[in-house]
Amino acid sequence: MNTLGEALHGALGLMASGDATLGGIVALSLAVSLSAVLLATLLGLPLGAAIAVGRFRGRRALIVLLNALMGLPPVVVGLLVYLLLSRAGPLGELGLLFTPPAMVIAQTVLVLPIIAALCRQSVEDAWVEYEEQLRSLGADGMRAALTLVWDIRFSLVTAVLAGLGRALAEVGAVIIVGGNIDGVTRVMTTTIALETSKGDLPLALSLGFILISLVILLNAAAHLIKEAAQRRYG
Amino acid sequence: MATTASILPLTLRDLTFAAGGREIIQGVSARIEAGPATILLGANGAGKSVLMRLMHGLLAPSAGEVSWNAQAPARARRGQAMVFQRPVMLRRSALANIVYALELAHVPAAEREAQAMAALREVGLADIAHRPARVLSGGEQQRLALARAWALHPEVLFLDEPTANLDPGATREIENVIKAFDASGTKIVMSTHNLGQARRLGDEVLFIHQGRLVEQAPVERFFKQPASAEAATFVKGELPWV
Amino acid sequence: MGLRRLLLALLFVFSFSAHAQKGFITVASTTSTEQSGLFKHLLPIFETKTGIQVRVVALGTGQSLDMGRRGDADVVFVHARPLEEKFVAEGYGVQRFEVMYNDFVLVGPKSDPARVGGSKDIVAALQKIKAARAPFASRGDKSGTHFAELQLWKAAGVDLEKDKGPWYRDTGSGMGPTLNTAAGMNAYALTDRGTWLSFKNRADLVISVEGDRRLFNQYGVILVNPAKHPHVKKDMGQAFVDWVISREGQNAIAAYKIGGEQLFFPNAAN
Repeated sequence: MNTLGEALHGALGLMASGDATLGGIVALSLAVSLSAVLLATLLGLPLGAAIAVGRFRGRRALIVLLNALMGLPPVVVGLLVYLLLSRAGPLGELGLLFTPPAMVIAQTVLVLPIIAALCRQSVEDAWVEYEEQLRSLGADGMRAALTLVWDIRFSLVTAVLAGLGRALAEVGAVIIVGGNIDGVTRVMTTTIALETSKGDLPLALSLGFILISLVILLNAAAHLIKEAAQRRYG
Repeated sequence: MATTASILPLTLRDLTFAAGGREIIQGVSARIEAGPATILLGANGAGKSVLMRLMHGLLAPSAGEVSWNAQAPARARRGQAMVFQRPVMLRRSALANIVYALELAHVPAAEREAQAMAALREVGLADIAHRPARVLSGGEQQRLALARAWALHPEVLFLDEPTANLDPGATREIENVIKAFDASGTKIVMSTHNLGQARRLGDEVLFIHQGRLVEQAPVERFFKQPASAEAATFVKGELPWV
Repeated sequence: MGLRRLLLALLFVFSFSAHAQKGFITVASTTSTEQSGLFKHLLPIFETKTGIQVRVVALGTGQSLDMGRRGDADVVFVHARPLEEKFVAEGYGVQRFEVMYNDFVLVGPKSDPARVGGSKDIVAALQKIKAARAPFASRGDKSGTHFAELQLWKAAGVDLEKDKGPWYRDTGSGMGPTLNTAAGMNAYALTDRGTWLSFKNRADLVISVEGDRRLFNQYGVILVNPAKHPHVKKDMGQAFVDWVISREGQNAIAAYKIGGEQLFFPNAAN
C-alpha cells in the first residue's frame, strides 16, 4: 500500500501547490458538471412532478422506464451524443463536438433521469398528504405539482446531489464527446484515466483523492444548507 | 357572496360510491338547503368522510348525482371550501399559506396580504402571521386552516371531523370560529361522531349508518325523538358527556 | 482554485459557441504521439508562431482515420502507411506527407520465459514466443501499433486466428493500458519507443528486442479533404501540415528528448 500513501501525500502536495493546470482541470470539471446538473434540474423537476401527480395511460410503464434510465451507462450516452454531434450526424452543423458544451449535453442526458425519477418518488409521497387540500383549494395538475416541488425542495436536494455525484464521477460520456483535449476538454476523471493509461498511478490516485474530497465538500455544504432550512421552515 | 346567485341547494340523487369491491355509500338522496348548519353524524366508518368528499367533488360517484344550483362546475367549486381532520399546511409562514389560497382564487395581488391578515385576525392568529405554519401547534394549525377558508369567503364550508385530533381547549376555540362562520351566513356542513358537538353547533342532522342516509331531521327533534332504530341506538350508545 | 476560477470556467464553457470557429484546428492523432509528450513540446511552438490553437484528440490510428472520414477532424497525424494511403486514395485526405519515424520495441518480463532477450530479430522472437506460449499483450484496437504487430505476426508465419490461445491477450486498449496489462501479467508487448520511454509503471518489464529494421515506425500527416467535408479548416490545417514538415517543425521534433534520449526522428522529404 505504498502507492496509497504516496498518492495521499501527492494529493496534499498538489492541492497546496496551487498548480494552474490542475486548477483549470478542477474548475472545468465543476463548470461542466454543475451546468449539466442545473439543466437537468430545470428539466427534471417539473417532469418528475408532472408524472407524480398525473393520471394517464401508460403512466406505470413511464415510471418503470424513468427508473431504469437512472442506470444508463455513461459510455453509451457518450456514444449516442457523439453520433448526434459528429459532422456526419444530424447536429453536426452546430460544431459542438469536442467542446465543453458537448460534455454538458452528454452529462445532462445522463443526470436527467436520476433527478426526474427521484423527484417523482418524493413528490408522489408528498402528494398522498397534500392532494385533497390542494385540490380543494383549486390547485390541479401542473400547478399543484410545482407547488409541491417548491414545498419539498429541501428533500429534493438529495436527488440533485445524486445527480451531481454521478456527473462528477463519470468518465465514459465526457471522454467520448469531449476528446480529452489538453487545456480544452480535459476534466478530472479523464485526466485520471489518462495518467492511469500512462502508468503514472500515484498521480492518478492523487487526482482521485482530490476529486473525492471535492465531492465530500459539496455534499457537506448541501447537508448544512438543508439542515438550516429545515430548522427554519419546519 | 349574497348578491350573486347561490350555489345552494345541493341535491344528492341516489349517490353511490364503491371502492375495493365494497359499497361505501349506498343510494344516498338528500337536499342540503341554505341556512341551517348541517351535521353529518354517524359512527366511525359509517361513511361520513366519503360522503363529504363526494359532495365537495374530491371523489367521483360510482353512480348517482351531485348537483349544485349552479350553471357551471367552476362556479360551484369556487363557492366551497373544506377543512380536513388533519390540517395540511405548506412550508411557509401562516400568512403565506393564506396568500397562496387567495392566489389560487385569483384575488388581485395587491389585496392578498391585507385580506390574509384580516382572516388571521378573525381567528385570533394575527401575532403569529410570520411564523412557519408547520411549527404551530395542532390547534393553531387547525385555526389557520379555518382562517384560510374564511379568507376565501365561501358560501359552503365543509369540515371533516375538525376537532377529532384536538384537546378540549383547542376544540372549544375551533367551535367558536365555526360558530362565527355560521353567524356570518356561511353554510356549515360538518361531520362528527361527537354528540355534544353536534348539539352545540348543528341545526339539522343527517344521520349516516353503514353508508346509508337513515334520517334527516332538525337537531333537537333528532336527539329527543330519533325516528329510526339505528339512530336511537347511536344516541343512547354514546357516552353522555362526549 | 476557488470561486473566481469556477466562474471563469463557467464563462469559458458558455462562451464556447461564441469563439468556436476562430483560431483552432482539430487534429486526430495517436496515443503514442500524445502520451510521449511530443505534442506538449511541439504545439506551443506552432501556436506562438501562427496564433492557431491545435486541439489534439488522441485516439489511435484506426479511430483517427475514421474521425477524418466523418469530418470530425481537420488533420490526421498517424502511423500506419498502408491505411493512410488507402485514406488518401478513397478521397478522404488531400495528400500524405512523411513527418518523422521512431521504432517499435518488444518489451517483456525480466524473467524472459521465451528466451528472446537481446535479440535483434523480431520475427524469430515472435515465433519463439508463440512456441513457448508465453503471455503476450496486444492492443487489438486498430491502432498503428496494432497494425504493425499484425504485420509482424504474418511475417513470422503465425496465423493468429488458428494459433491464438490463452497466452495471447487482446486488451482492445491504448498503448498505456496495454503496457499496464503487460506489466501486471508479466507479458510481452509491442510498443513504440516514445511511449515506453515515458511510461512509468514498468514493474518487471524491460526491452527484449530492438533494432530490427522491420520495427521501423513511420508517421504521416494528412489534411482532411475539404472537397468531401467543406467545413474543414483547410487554410489553418494546411498551415499545420506545412509547418510540421518544414525545417523549423522538423528541428522542433528532433529537439524533443526524454532523459537525454531523442524519441522521434524527423524525415520529411525536404
